[in-house]
Amino acid sequence: MEIELRGITKRFGEVVANSDVNLTIRAGEVLGLLGENGAGKSTLMNVLSGLYRPDGGEILIDGKPVQFRGPGDAIRAGIGMVHQHFMLVPVFTVAENVVLGVEPTGPVDFLDLKKARAQVREINETYGLEVDPDEFIENLPVGVQQRVEIIKVLFRSANAIIFDEPTAVLTPQEVTEFFAIVKSLRSAGKAIVFITHKLHEILEVADRISVLREGRIVGEGVPGKTTDLELAEMMVGRPVSFNVAKKPFSPGPVLLDVQHLTVLRENDAVAVNDLSLNVRAGEIVGIAGVQGNGQSELVEALAGVRRVAGGSVMFQGKDITGASARDRHRLGMAHIPEDRQRTGIIAAFTVAENMVLDTYYDSRFSHGLAMDWQAVNQNSAAAAAAFDVRTPSVFEKAGHLSGGNQQKLVVARELNRDTKLLIAAQPTRGLDVGSIEYIHKRIVDAREEGDGILIVSSELDEIMSLCDRILVMFKGRVVAEFGAAGRPANKNDIGLAMAGVAA
Amino acid sequence: MSEQGDTTTLTARLLERAAPKRADFEDLVIVPLFAVVVALILGGVAMLATNVDLETIGRSYVALAYGSVGSINALSETITAATPLILAGLGVALGFRAGLFNIGAEGQILMGGMAAVVVGFSFTGLPMLVHLPLALLAGIVAGALYAAIAGWIRAATGAHEVILTIMLNMISYRLVDYMLRMPAIQRPGRSDPISSSVLPSAELPRLLEWIGPNLRLHSGVFLMLAAVLFVYWLLFKSTIGFEFRASGESPEAARFAGMRSGLIIVLVMALGGALAGLAGANQVLGVLGRASSGFSAGIGFDALAVALLGRSHPFGVVVAGLLFGALEAGGRQMQVDAGVSIDLIGIIQSLIILFIAAPLVVRALFPWGFRKAAPASKE
Repeated sequence: MEIELRGITKRFGEVVANSDVNLTIRAGEVLGLLGENGAGKSTLMNVLSGLYRPDGGEILIDGKPVQFRGPGDAIRAGIGMVHQHFMLVPVFTVAENVVLGVEPTGPVDFLDLKKARAQVREINETYGLEVDPDEFIENLPVGVQQRVEIIKVLFRSANAIIFDEPTAVLTPQEVTEFFAIVKSLRSAGKAIVFITHKLHEILEVADRISVLREGRIVGEGVPGKTTDLELAEMMVGRPVSFNVAKKPFSPGPVLLDVQHLTVLRENDAVAVNDLSLNVRAGEIVGIAGVQGNGQSELVEALAGVRRVAGGSVMFQGKDITGASARDRHRLGMAHIPEDRQRTGIIAAFTVAENMVLDTYYDSRFSHGLAMDWQAVNQNSAAAAAAFDVRTPSVFEKAGHLSGGNQQKLVVARELNRDTKLLIAAQPTRGLDVGSIEYIHKRIVDAREEGDGILIVSSELDEIMSLCDRILVMFKGRVVAEFGAAGRPANKNDIGLAMAGVAA
Repeated sequence: MSEQGDTTTLTARLLERAAPKRADFEDLVIVPLFAVVVALILGGVAMLATNVDLETIGRSYVALAYGSVGSINALSETITAATPLILAGLGVALGFRAGLFNIGAEGQILMGGMAAVVVGFSFTGLPMLVHLPLALLAGIVAGALYAAIAGWIRAATGAHEVILTIMLNMISYRLVDYMLRMPAIQRPGRSDPISSSVLPSAELPRLLEWIGPNLRLHSGVFLMLAAVLFVYWLLFKSTIGFEFRASGESPEAARFAGMRSGLIIVLVMALGGALAGLAGANQVLGVLGRASSGFSAGIGFDALAVALLGRSHPFGVVVAGLLFGALEAGGRQMQVDAGVSIDLIGIIQSLIILFIAAPLVVRALFPWGFRKAAPASKE
């Protein structure tokens, strides 16, 4: 099977999402599609999977032009897509989810689940997927759920499979397993498209690479010949540096001292279990760990938005265990929350309003009960300019900004004042290379100014390049420490500690 | 990355406001306008369907226009009817802005009105300058406290404010009936639930009696205008309003920003109740002169519609309140002149809200009034 996209153009109103894109996808080959958020990757793949109809150009399958009137046509033509956000029913079993919509039926429309299970097992064996057809989706880890999505696509006899940002939700170990699956699909003769903005992944798994920027194919590469820096430059349109330039490590006094901290989840399960750590001035401490091991709860407890069940938190020698979020903020603690859409910004508020979301009561922005909107607007414009928040004006709704700019807005709000300690949860999740580079630079700047910084991230590369000291969290405890006084940081060892393997 | 060169120009550019978009204009002006027109047409259709002849339908709409804006008396009636709707509507709108669905305006009007009446007839010999403000204050405080009960239970236990305020409405109906039969409140010599009359020193003075003795427009209209400006300032120019709107748009983001959600909930409910209580006081001190069973007359429920129609914006609430006031005043004239039931006005009001709530229907009915639908956003 060979799929050819010829001169594909897709417009939304005046916005050109794809412009004259040529692409060939071949059986037994992995095509890496690289591009920043908003470069037009998803639009292009939605054209290929029949969700959008192109305004220009044509799609050829094995040399014959085809027209997709909807996703159904694309599926019948053998094109399947695994979306970034899974489309599974949590209370159904694996087999039930796989057959949903194309259920095998017996006489009188009787649902033949036995047959469904058998078919799932068969696909399992062919591609080495190892998924129990009778397990409920809600009991499966994310990595296995993704395999269910793959089985769904294969069940519908896809010959070409498109993966949209497949590794965004996976742990490093799950990513390795995922790559093994991709390789087995390739050797089975499937054509694979792998969409991502992560360079090292595409270099590891792709056979050919096409780079998309502003809707156009701006370059191509071959792993082994093209370097990551060349690809990044194609993607961003300017030279990029991966090395975060840091001054040598010279930590000051302890700023944050956490002793025997215990934090509970909503259901009273223990999320953070008797955890102790400290952060010194001029130091970046990273917390690595698979998501769901208590990092979110730790950060929320430290930020004062979740109750502490036991232990103590000291900030600059002052007990703040029971202090409110506002009190901590006033003491010079800044918090970049992990879910910027839900807790970081208010989408319906303007950029200016978001810029003072937690400082509006300050005498710079209000006098008594009266807001000083002129001061707010002035200050927000200056902060937006200083922190490279790209927006038409400060009166634009924050929800209209791209994810990267929303995050830069949060960073600007939190750092554009006299801070002593920054707690950043997943500060660059889902962002493009340019924004990541910029946010990392601002975090390092804060360190140079003598701030203490605590970063929680599921991106191991981020933790390794930024942090002076790395703690690994597993089941609510710190199970290993690397860097500085501890062992030197090593990706493999950290990965093992994240998986709970004592080393 | 932006050239670091000219930060000042960049800052200045960021401070430029974009011209209002056509879509905003369509949303705020064209949709409501069409909604009113369609509702009136469908009202006519409803009359046709019930065997009213065309001539009577014509006559009834003339009466509607005449009775709402056709004379000084009509205007006076429209504004008199609009005033409590706007006051209570402001209270409801405040709740909407903070993400709270305060259905309890009706009960808060009753409690506010009762408190104002009691103060209004109990203190004899006070000068108006003391008595009237005291009676108004009693109404405000009673409404605020009554609403704060719902706010406090919501904040403390998480029980939903819709259920709480509906139940408080139920309680208020019976509580008012019960109080109206208490010897201290019931009018001497009466056996039905009706209170003593408010003393002249606590009445809101009428404004147009020098033109005609029947013009009911009273000085409550100034209270209403002051309340509109106050709510506008509160919502958009004060730190409290900033907290209200933040919790309304995203309670989680507000909490993460260090705002105290429990306090905000109680405060919003209390302020909304204060406005509804003022609406009740306005009615008993300016129009009714006494309290009787169910004197709130559904104003608290119409206020929900007024707040929705006014997009929870103080100025929008004024426009919506005036529209509803006009429909009420004009509806009475319609009944007199054309013999059409006042229920039709209720139908028309409901149709207007229905069409406002479903702008897509209006857009589909009048495609030429709108620019082509905005294109789907990219990715």
